[in-house]
Amino acid sequence: MLLGKVIGTVVPCIVTPGLEGVPMLLVQPLDKEQRPKGKPLVCADSTRMAGPGELISFEGGREAALALDPWFVPVDHAIIGIVDQVSLEADR
Amino acid sequence: MIIGRVAGQIVMTIKHQAYDGRTLLIVDRLTPECTPSGGYLIAVDSVGAGPGETVLVDDEGGGAQQVLGCPGAPIRSVVVGIIDEIG
Repeated sequence: MLLGKVIGTVVPCIVTPGLEGVPMLLVQPLDKEQRPKGKPLVCADSTRMAGPGELISFEGGREAALALDPWFVPVDHAIIGIVDQVSLEADR
Repeated sequence: MIIGRVAGQIVMTIKHQAYDGRTLLIVDRLTPECTPSGGYLIAVDSVGAGPGETVLVDDEGGGAQQVLGCPGAPIRSVVVGIIDEIG
C-alpha cells in the first residue's frame, strides 16, 4: 500500500459488468513525507467515501480488486482507506 | 520477501473492513547493506514491530492473507519478521 492524495474524479459512461456504480478517483501517489511522487493514476474507491483533497491509502495489483464487491473485476488500483494520521519516527 | 526498516505508522478510521484492528506500518525499503533504497510501502504488522526496527516484509498477496488468516482480503504486504542480523 502507498499514500496518495485524491486530485479529481473520473466518470466513465460505460463500464465493464461489475464496475457499475464504483467511484473512480484520480489519485496522485505520494512519498512518506506526503510529497508527490510519480504520475497520477485512477483508483476504484472501495470506501465509497473519499473525495478530492483527501489523503488516502491505495493498494495495487490483484489485491486491489479484492477490495471491491463483486471482487472479480478488472481493477488494478483501489483506495483502501482514508488516512487520519501519519506519524513518522523522525517526528517524535 | 524484502528487507525494510519501520519508519512510522498510519491511522485510518474509514477503511476496508479487512483492515479493522490491524496496525499499519510505514516501512522503508532497504538494500542488502541496510541503506534506504528510496521507496517505501505500508504493511500490516503481524509480529509487533516498532519504529526503527529492521523487518522482513512479505509483499505478495497470497502469503499475506495466509499469515493473517483471512483469504480473499485486499491485503498484499505483511511484516512477517524482525531481523537481528544480516550476514
